[in-house]
Amino acid sequence: MSAKKSLMGRFRESDFLYDFKRSPVTVVSFVIVVMLILLAVFADLVAPTNPFDAGSLNLMNGFTPPMQPNAFTGETFYLGTDDQGRDLLSAIIFGLRVSLFVGLTAVILAMVLGVSLGLIAGYRGGWVDSLIMRAADIQVTFPSILIAMLIFGIARGLLPPHMRDELAITVLIIAIGLSEWVPFARTVRGTTMVEKEKEYVQAARLIGLGSGQIMVRHILPNVLSPVLVIATITLALAIIAEATLSFLGVGAPPTEPSLGTLIRIGQDFLFSGEWWILLFPAATLLALALSVNLLGDWLRDILNPRLK
Amino acid sequence: MSETILSVRNLRVVFPHRHGVLVPIDEISFDVKKGEIIGFVGESGAGKSMTGAAIIGLIDPPGYIERGEIWLKEERIDQLGISAANRIRGRRISMVFQDPLTSLNPLRTIGDQLVETILTHLPVSADEAKRKAIAGLEEVDIDPERFNAYPHEFSGGMRQRVVIALALSAEPELIIADEPTTALDVSVQAQVLELLKKLCREHGASVILITHDMGVIAETTDRVAVLYAGRLAEIGDTQTLLRDPQHPYTKGLIASTPSVEYGDISTELFQITGAMPRLDALPDGCAFHPRCGQALAHCATKRPHIERNRVACWLYNDV
Amino acid sequence: MLLIILRRLGQSVFVLFLVAFVSFMMFRYVGNPVDNLLGQEATVEQREALIEALGLNDPLHTQYLGFVTRALQFDFGNSYRGAQPVADMILERLPATLELALVSALFAMLFGVIAGVYTAIFRNGFSAHLIMSTSLIGVSLPTFLIGVLLIWLFAVELGWLPSFGRGETVQIGFWSTSLLTVSGLKSMVLPAITLGLYQMTLIMRLVRAEMLEILRQDFIRFARARGLPERVVYFGHALKNTLVPVITVAGLQLGSIVAFAIITETVFQWPGVGLMFINAVFFVDIPVMSAYLLLVGTLFVVINLIVDLLYLAIDPRIRDSQLKRQST
Repeated sequence: MSAKKSLMGRFRESDFLYDFKRSPVTVVSFVIVVMLILLAVFADLVAPTNPFDAGSLNLMNGFTPPMQPNAFTGETFYLGTDDQGRDLLSAIIFGLRVSLFVGLTAVILAMVLGVSLGLIAGYRGGWVDSLIMRAADIQVTFPSILIAMLIFGIARGLLPPHMRDELAITVLIIAIGLSEWVPFARTVRGTTMVEKEKEYVQAARLIGLGSGQIMVRHILPNVLSPVLVIATITLALAIIAEATLSFLGVGAPPTEPSLGTLIRIGQDFLFSGEWWILLFPAATLLALALSVNLLGDWLRDILNPRLK
Repeated sequence: MSETILSVRNLRVVFPHRHGVLVPIDEISFDVKKGEIIGFVGESGAGKSMTGAAIIGLIDPPGYIERGEIWLKEERIDQLGISAANRIRGRRISMVFQDPLTSLNPLRTIGDQLVETILTHLPVSADEAKRKAIAGLEEVDIDPERFNAYPHEFSGGMRQRVVIALALSAEPELIIADEPTTALDVSVQAQVLELLKKLCREHGASVILITHDMGVIAETTDRVAVLYAGRLAEIGDTQTLLRDPQHPYTKGLIASTPSVEYGDISTELFQITGAMPRLDALPDGCAFHPRCGQALAHCATKRPHIERNRVACWLYNDV
Repeated sequence: MLLIILRRLGQSVFVLFLVAFVSFMMFRYVGNPVDNLLGQEATVEQREALIEALGLNDPLHTQYLGFVTRALQFDFGNSYRGAQPVADMILERLPATLELALVSALFAMLFGVIAGVYTAIFRNGFSAHLIMSTSLIGVSLPTFLIGVLLIWLFAVELGWLPSFGRGETVQIGFWSTSLLTVSGLKSMVLPAITLGLYQMTLIMRLVRAEMLEILRQDFIRFARARGLPERVVYFGHALKNTLVPVITVAGLQLGSIVAFAIITETVFQWPGVGLMFINAVFFVDIPVMSAYLLLVGTLFVVINLIVDLLYLAIDPRIRDSQLKRQST
């Protein structure tokens, strides 16, 4: 039945808007996430300076505290500057762009991979199913951050040294994406196994639709809302995973710093009293991760009470 | 007349609710005499189990006793604190629940659970408690060899017998048996009821037997109280009440019970039309009047009470 | 019973071989061992000789068997950096990681269970609500950020605790411990909290959810109806039933603690195997990475095995249902 239901129909039916307005925490989280995404997308227009333009940096501006004029140049920066004299606000906005880009693309990769494998496993059954699900079982025994580190390490080993920094972001996306596919696959497989027994799928098979068409046109629409929930929760995980790897120095390179990289840099200046270099990127990361998490929790409660 | 063990006076239990309060028990009064078995009968939601929970002090929050009194002999027990209540629960009043499969802790042996209960209530040594536990198992025809067995190793009927042994282990004066055989196979129902009846007679314990089955009432109880929508409809001696029911609801209940003895399967069973009202939509006056074939004009406006007679119905009371 | 254990052992050995295979493939094909050992200027003869010596021309399964045999004898080859035997490096650093993991796990278990039980029993109380809301922030806070913030507060601003290293250690045989000196214990506090906090919130939420579920069960009502004191109802009846599923998750969390130690060790410059691993990833030191994978993989498999067996020991129902399946 729900195969024919449009997304908009479901939108209204689930009292989506009503529930949304009733939860102030969710509204605030949503506003924060949207604002951060807009900042990241329009980084070039919003940021006061381009932090990657080495020419615009003035070392004299180094270590300027927030909202105070620099002792030598008299320039003022909202959030202060780092050791290079780089405006921290601009660095954070551009770092946000890297973090969100890696997080989102990694989730899309995980989603495409997980949904396809889940559909195939659930629809085909038999040894294909066993193979995919055993692989998933073994993979989830290990924490995904460890898997991501390993994939990252292997990929670095396979790449020639001069390309390692260049492709670091791509490798990062692949590593995180490959480490998070399992929840998608498990959920989609479960739904697929239920749906494929229903009459309308049997009917579609009788009129000669190919299995690919059946999977995409008839079964896929049924798994959209749980997939959306998992995607949101995974996005929070991916953002944290990216920040962690970058913080450890095995993620985004210093030439393209993400929020994690900025925190890594900031940690060095903690002891000398330049707290702002660490704290502002950290607060941004926390706001992003917490808001996405809260949105995910709320979505799960609204769309899939069962997933609780 | 033998002495009164339990006396419930004008009991009213309420559940606060978003749109007001629900009243699952409203103005119920009755006595339980020493050694007697009193049945509580009615449809689900009539307030039978809630009455049992109120007596033993285990009404789930946010529900609470709003009015009325419960006396256990000379002691008032409806407003006790938790530790005072625990001196009564299991020791003087104990309970047998409907589903023996879930009544026992699956991770502890039955012997362990028996000994624990005995040690909680009786001033005996561990060895003595174990002896008593074994004696209790023998009384309910469970092989004492299985003292160290886990609940899942028993059948449903055997588990309910273990539960009965637990309920009796501290020699209580009153046992509240809440649908003790409903979850069991029909073949073992009579067996468990017979055992419960026999043991309570031997121990001199009174029983409140909660059931929806008129057949069980007829075979087991001395007296019976009929509940409808949280109110007492009729109460009296079982034989008299079955032979001469007065409240139209009681008549309906009896008429809708199949009677196997007469082998009379040709007559259709009587059905009471409609369903019991939901607690949040109780009608004014007598709660039964919308379904009653003999309703009078004032049944819809004035609520009948049990006064000097045994029935809460305007057919038998003066306005 | 023995059969169940044996079958479970069989599964574990299979997964171990799989982990070993991945490590082997990594060791053999990622990066080039010959280049790494000899450098770019080596002659063709030298290369041939080394390839022969390393057995790189042998059939794959022979090489794999050789790899496993050597690994079983604790021989993982030499690090590309510094040419030190990887086994020695691990042996030197393992105690630091295990001590850290153990202390964090104890911390997480202890406080997680206590807080979980507390919030379940007083589920409508103010402090229970406070604990639950705080824990949501805790879940969103990445481990490394917790560490950095703890350093900022307790090491930089307050100056109470050291911010890096293990402090003084005492050597007992090959094991160097920091649990016996004051400075060692002080150094342990921040890393252990950092590492354990996330697991603690997880365990707490799980214990709370399970306990609330159990408290709704009939046998708890029946225990109350028998007049058992609240203390006995909560701790004698509810807690044990709560702990069955918690043990599984907590056990698996112990594994993640070892993995997450990588992050904590980096933040606190803790000289354990995690820090060694992250340096290996950075410098593409394949033998070290492959040995670490093997080590952690083995640890995970062993923990999983123990958790399963523990499960059997605690819950008589599972024990019997598995036995029944065996006999039919």
